[in-house]
Amino acid sequence: MSDFEAILKAYAAAGGNPEFLKSPKVGSLVISGNQVLGLNAIPGLDVQADPVPDGVRVAVRVAPAARIETPVHLCFGVIPEEGVQRILVDYEVGAGASIEFLAHCTFPNALRVQHVMQGTVHVGPAATMRYSEVHYHGETGGIEVLPRLQIRVDEGGRYFSSFSQTKGRAGRIDLDYTVDVDREALAELTAKALGYADDQITVRETIRLNGEGARGLARSRIAVRDRARSEVLATTEGNAPFARGHVDCVEIVRGQAVANAVPVVRVTDDRAQVTHEAAIGTVGKKELETLMSRGLAEDEAVDIIVRGMLG
Amino acid sequence: MRQQTRPGPDQALLQVTDLHVTRDGRPILRGVNLTVMEGSIHAVLGLNGSGKSTLAYALIGSAGYALQRGEIRLAGEEITPLSITERGRLGLTLAWQEPARFEGLTVERYVSLGMREPDLQHVRQALIAVALDPDDYLHRYVDESLSGGERKRVELAAVYAMRPRLAILDEPDSGIDILTLEDISKLIRRMQREGTTVLLISHRDEVVAIADAASLMCEGQIQTTGDPRHVCDRYARCCRPCDRAQKVETELDYERL
Ligand SMILES: Nc1ncnc2c1ncn2[C@@H]1O[C@H](COP(=O)(O)OP(=O)(O)OP(=O)(O)O)[C@@H](O)[C@H]1O
Ligand SMILES: [Mg+2]
Repeated sequence: MSDFEAILKAYAAAGGNPEFLKSPKVGSLVISGNQVLGLNAIPGLDVQADPVPDGVRVAVRVAPAARIETPVHLCFGVIPEEGVQRILVDYEVGAGASIEFLAHCTFPNALRVQHVMQGTVHVGPAATMRYSEVHYHGETGGIEVLPRLQIRVDEGGRYFSSFSQTKGRAGRIDLDYTVDVDREALAELTAKALGYADDQITVRETIRLNGEGARGLARSRIAVRDRARSEVLATTEGNAPFARGHVDCVEIVRGQAVANAVPVVRVTDDRAQVTHEAAIGTVGKKELETLMSRGLAEDEAVDIIVRGMLG
Repeated sequence: MRQQTRPGPDQALLQVTDLHVTRDGRPILRGVNLTVMEGSIHAVLGLNGSGKSTLAYALIGSAGYALQRGEIRLAGEEITPLSITERGRLGLTLAWQEPARFEGLTVERYVSLGMREPDLQHVRQALIAVALDPDDYLHRYVDESLSGGERKRVELAAVYAMRPRLAILDEPDSGIDILTLEDISKLIRRMQREGTTVLLISHRDEVVAIADAASLMCEGQIQTTGDPRHVCDRYARCCRPCDRAQKVETELDYERL
């Protein structure tokens, strides 16, 4: 099997549709280890990808006012059982542009793999960027995933991101995102993860609402069982008049698993408002009993609730 | 296999005897006696806080509603030792007064969960029966995005689709506007025709009108059971301008009449 075929297969295992990576009409980027196996730029989108010893440096430029309707598909993977993949990213979305990225990160055979996604995102004035990242880490748990992004959303811009790993082992996930949100701009961060065996999941999200009327939402949905551990460290700062922030965290715990949530709310302007809600523990009694009363066994009912939440 | 006796139409499906339930040390149900006949629509009336929902939770076997005393028989079988799931599988289910919300669960999936052989056609029919257009609702989520009234109707649809043997409907009419109240009544009748016995908790006269029998609940006890009009009347006289001391007198007077 060629490297390209191998990565396409892994991409499909993560839920991606390989057709998108082959179509000349769809923007795409395929990286396996430190090799760039596919790159398709489209009008309004420029992508530079340069290999470095343990990964690839990626620069993505979306031209100002470009409105790219079809999502751009990205695939990052490591096929061997061992290795390091460092993706150094720099996204620049020009003023008034709009774009959506669908990334799949796949490490189906990982025994000792480290994947680092590090870099910056800049959403220009009145621009919109949607970024969703779906992970598949296989069943062995031998993976460490370290997404680290510094994000800036300029006046009137909108940034929506979602990270999800809801199939197979998590391994060790340590996500760290910081977003600075300017005047009348919006940032929504969603993280969903499933952990079992001795998986470890850490979600660290900081949203700084720096401009007047800035809005931020950090949602996390995590389910852990066995001896897995999860921790959500969500910090939201309301630093400007009429800034609105909300943190919404649900962690479902089963077996010997342990979940933690540390929501930090800091408000430095008396016209800002930040709220948070966190529910940590077993599934809600009423939800559970509702399904059981339809004749479902307790385990089945919990499963349906957890799957729905992570879905 | 659990043995399932099939009582005929003149037999009791549910028999509750001397039921006592305490919540956080406070007695809430204080000796409930209630018999619901197979195939009937049986209304339970009572003021806020009289213990109607508590009775419903105790019947389905909800955690925290264990019996202090008493027994519950379904088709002659003592079900107190059974779990919620086991009671559900015997066909005893509840449409909650304030139904739970489920993230990421579609109406289609939710309604089909209790069906023995889920099929889309029946799910659609159940939604139509509660006046929800399946094309608009099948793919909606049963989460906070449904309005209170919509959520109640989805709950009824799910209970209807399950074709339970005994459906407890806890105030199915609350939060539902007058226009659709008629749909709810129709649906309850239809459930009855299709073989479901209905224990209907409600205060609405319009809904109680479809009942074959009614019971009046007061302070954790069933005060009286009988013809719905009679019980409704008594509810109106004894309970509504409720001053408890006065009420006892009135009831005694009523008894003497
Ligand atoms: N955990 C508890 N601790 C103490 N009292 C409780 C507890 N839960 C319920 N109660 C009380 O039990 C009584 C019966 O409540 P229940 O919900 O069964 O009433 P209801 O008849 O369904 O009322 P409504 O018409 O308002 O729905 C109420 O007075 C309520 O305050
Ligand atoms: Mg009630």
